[in-house]
Amino acid sequence: MDSSKPYIRVENLKKYFSTKRGMLHAVDDVSFEIKRGETLGLVGESGCGKSTLGRCLIRLLDSTSGNVLLQNKDGEGCTDVTKVSAREMKELRKRVQIVFQDPYSCLNPRLSVWELIAEPLIVNSVYRDKAAMRRRIRELMDTVGLAERLENSYPHELDGGRRQRIGIARSLALNPEFIVLDEPVSALDVCIQAQILNLLNSLQKEFNYTYVFISHNLSVVRHVSDRIAVMYLGQIVELSEYKELFTNPLHPYTQALLSAIPLAKLDVQRERIILEGDVPSPIEPPDACRFAGRCRYAQEVCRHGTPPLTEQSPGHFTACHFAGKLEG
Amino acid sequence: MTNDLMLDIRDLTIHYETDSGVVHAVEGLNLQLGRGESLGFVGETGAGKTTTALGVMRLIPNPPGKIKSGEILFEGEDLLRKSEAEMRKIRGAKIAMIFQDPMTSLNPVMTVDKQIAEMIKLHRSVSEHEALKQAGDMLELVGIRRERMHDYPHQFSGGMKQRVVIAIALACDPALLIADEPTTALDVTIQAQVLELMKKLKERFSASMILITHDLGIVADICDKVAIMYAGRVVEYADKRSLYTNPLHPYTIGLFKSVPDIDEDVDELPVIPGLMPDPMDLPAGCAFHPRCSMAEERCAKERPQMCELEPGHFVACPVRVGGRGPSPSGMLGKA
Amino acid sequence: MMNEIENGNEKIVPDLAKRKHRGPFMEVLFRLAKSPLAMFGLAIIALLVFCAIFAEVIAPYSPIKQDLMHMFETPSAAHWLGTDEFGRDILSRLIYGARVSLQVGFIAVGIALVVGGMLGAVSGYYSGWLDNSIMRVMDVLLSIPQTLLAIAIVAALGPSLMNLMIAVGISAVPTYARIVRGSVLSIRSMEFIEAARSVGSSDLRIILKHILPNSMAPIIVQSTLGVASAILNAAGLSFIGLGIQPPNPEWGAMLSGGRQYIRDYPHMTLYPGLAIMFTILALNFLGDGLRDALDPKLKR
Repeated sequence: MDSSKPYIRVENLKKYFSTKRGMLHAVDDVSFEIKRGETLGLVGESGCGKSTLGRCLIRLLDSTSGNVLLQNKDGEGCTDVTKVSAREMKELRKRVQIVFQDPYSCLNPRLSVWELIAEPLIVNSVYRDKAAMRRRIRELMDTVGLAERLENSYPHELDGGRRQRIGIARSLALNPEFIVLDEPVSALDVCIQAQILNLLNSLQKEFNYTYVFISHNLSVVRHVSDRIAVMYLGQIVELSEYKELFTNPLHPYTQALLSAIPLAKLDVQRERIILEGDVPSPIEPPDACRFAGRCRYAQEVCRHGTPPLTEQSPGHFTACHFAGKLEG
Repeated sequence: MTNDLMLDIRDLTIHYETDSGVVHAVEGLNLQLGRGESLGFVGETGAGKTTTALGVMRLIPNPPGKIKSGEILFEGEDLLRKSEAEMRKIRGAKIAMIFQDPMTSLNPVMTVDKQIAEMIKLHRSVSEHEALKQAGDMLELVGIRRERMHDYPHQFSGGMKQRVVIAIALACDPALLIADEPTTALDVTIQAQVLELMKKLKERFSASMILITHDLGIVADICDKVAIMYAGRVVEYADKRSLYTNPLHPYTIGLFKSVPDIDEDVDELPVIPGLMPDPMDLPAGCAFHPRCSMAEERCAKERPQMCELEPGHFVACPVRVGGRGPSPSGMLGKA
Repeated sequence: MMNEIENGNEKIVPDLAKRKHRGPFMEVLFRLAKSPLAMFGLAIIALLVFCAIFAEVIAPYSPIKQDLMHMFETPSAAHWLGTDEFGRDILSRLIYGARVSLQVGFIAVGIALVVGGMLGAVSGYYSGWLDNSIMRVMDVLLSIPQTLLAIAIVAALGPSLMNLMIAVGISAVPTYARIVRGSVLSIRSMEFIEAARSVGSSDLRIILKHILPNSMAPIIVQSTLGVASAILNAAGLSFIGLGIQPPNPEWGAMLSGGRQYIRDYPHMTLYPGLAIMFTILALNFLGDGLRDALDPKLKR
């Protein structure tokens, strides 16, 4: 497989929802690439479109326009996930998977752990042989760290961490290549969160999964990601290798976001940038920099036309007219 | 010394008696809070933080909840001996509470100024007009323009709603403010706004504050003292500097390590093995000993006492305390 | 690596999963058993079902055989609940009547549930014009009083047991359609439905395996209460002569038959009245108990 070729290429992806008050631009013209075996972190505040983007990538939602090109299994050519037929999509489901945020609502309360993990295998008729399926379920439970005796338990009997392990086992059942992790640890306590993050990390090492890790928690995203994309109101405003993003943020929004992380440390010298106001409405946004209204550097030029995502230094993209010209 | 204390909780035990068993939500908790101090109350889900706060407010839902024993001395008087009528006068006026979810703690069919004015009229004998004027002042204080005072809650964003909730809580100038995860439902940048506001108001109102949170970062930002709670008990209590620079309890240390650092790369996060114990079936001795890497034989037998290991730094861990044993002056509350 | 944590944990941490291990169904039964009123209701229903099934064995007399020597007898050792204007044993008629009442109650609700449930499920799952048109028809039906609707249907079809059940059933269809639609709508937006789609489940599987089992709670409760109102409705129709025809025993018809003798022989109306009352009461107790037992908010 050619490693220089991107595993996933997203081109001008848009997802609009029609609402009573007009078109809601949930994802508005987003383009990026992900390499095989990489973790791309997707951060942003609620309503910035990160979850919608994640769902469009694996076609849990139909996009309005744009392409999501997924490299074929043989490495030759690619498939546009947004265009495939329902039948092809069923095949594709085995390669692209998702882990949901809320381990309390993403599991059917009437099914046992066993039935929950078996579901993907049954739906896709993976095994004819019952014994083989049994072996596979046991193997999956072992992989995600669920003890065998839990197989007849129901979700409500288990804690959040174990439920999330079930969710992960379900997404691994079909041997996927690409997994969208939609806030997989946000509902969990820090200790359990650390256990799940370690699990996801070791799984990636073992099976070479490609992850998109969606979260609003910047320290978690930094910990798991190779590269990070920052989203604001449906657009990517900054995209860079993780260390670079944290040490040298170029977009004023990223700077404010980073400075707002509460650090569990004393005596940290840093300037707190407190953003005024709230995120504006994503319904029929004006053709301007989406952040201009809250940006302390905003000039006249920012209010006309959306600044494009441009490469400031190798691998570091940002969508700001004044990127690099601002001091932190 | 005791006169300086705003709140002195002694040996508080709160149980929930459910069909499937007794939930030991708070188990012999001791906690002290001085005047004007702000205390970060840190622990995981189910540690008993909110139950303790509701206990102080005497708002434990009964049934199934029950305060089994202990004393809650507020300005020297035991709240557990107060009548319900007396408690109603204290709630809101002297002790105010901010709840986690601003979306559900406001009445959706009442304008925000009326909601603040209602609180003021409840505890002070002022005219409607005066109450509404004060409500407007409170809104301005929390950064909401006076023009918006006649708006309904749904016209505000989440962060603004939480500001309104704060305005209601502070309307009667309470001596003690209990904030239960006030920013958990908010986005990071909005959280920063609200925390900044709370810091500002803390200075202005000189109220004592208990901030319940699971986020050690927020505590580092605005608290003076920290209490770490595990399975219904306070396991470590110290001023912020001492606790952050020199955490002593193995649970506290594990908690700090579990949070990914934004300056450092680690391949694998150090984790505390296992899960929180079932509050219906707490382990004997130290509740943390089954997960503790430092546990010794005695940890499973005796319930650890709070000991002052350094001045003002209390910890409930026999291994840490070592052979020194509890110094009589260092006991927090009674055994 | 993670296994070590889980296994290590197993030894030391008391485990929720180990302590109680019941499926959702057993859990509901367990909680139901704790409510004395619900158990009382269940006992009465069980008794009625028993009577209905073994009526031939239990009933001391034939329900339709006239005995003109013993007309209008008040309760005695021979006739525990007395006899009616044709000398028929009231107890026996009540026992056989239970058969008809339960049949009407359960079958009518069954009809309402199947028709209404299907309409509601389709309406809720495929929103849009289909939903709109189905629900508007239901609205029209709902705007006609249920009893009036049933009377009209029986009047059109002619009085018989079967038509009675159809009439009572159809008149209850809109209620069930609404309830099922409501719970399907709320379940449909849950994340586990999306999770099922993400692993490739078909619409049919999602409806049958995920949506319906989770929308059962309000449906079961409504059905229990619905049986009560169907029995009442059927009794009402029989009372005005549109239901079960004489000489077949039916509680409503017995009530109606005893009406003209109520001053002299009140026992003829009292016992069928009590039978209806206790049955309805029992079903309501059971329904309330089920509602509490099925309420997930009461779960620990």
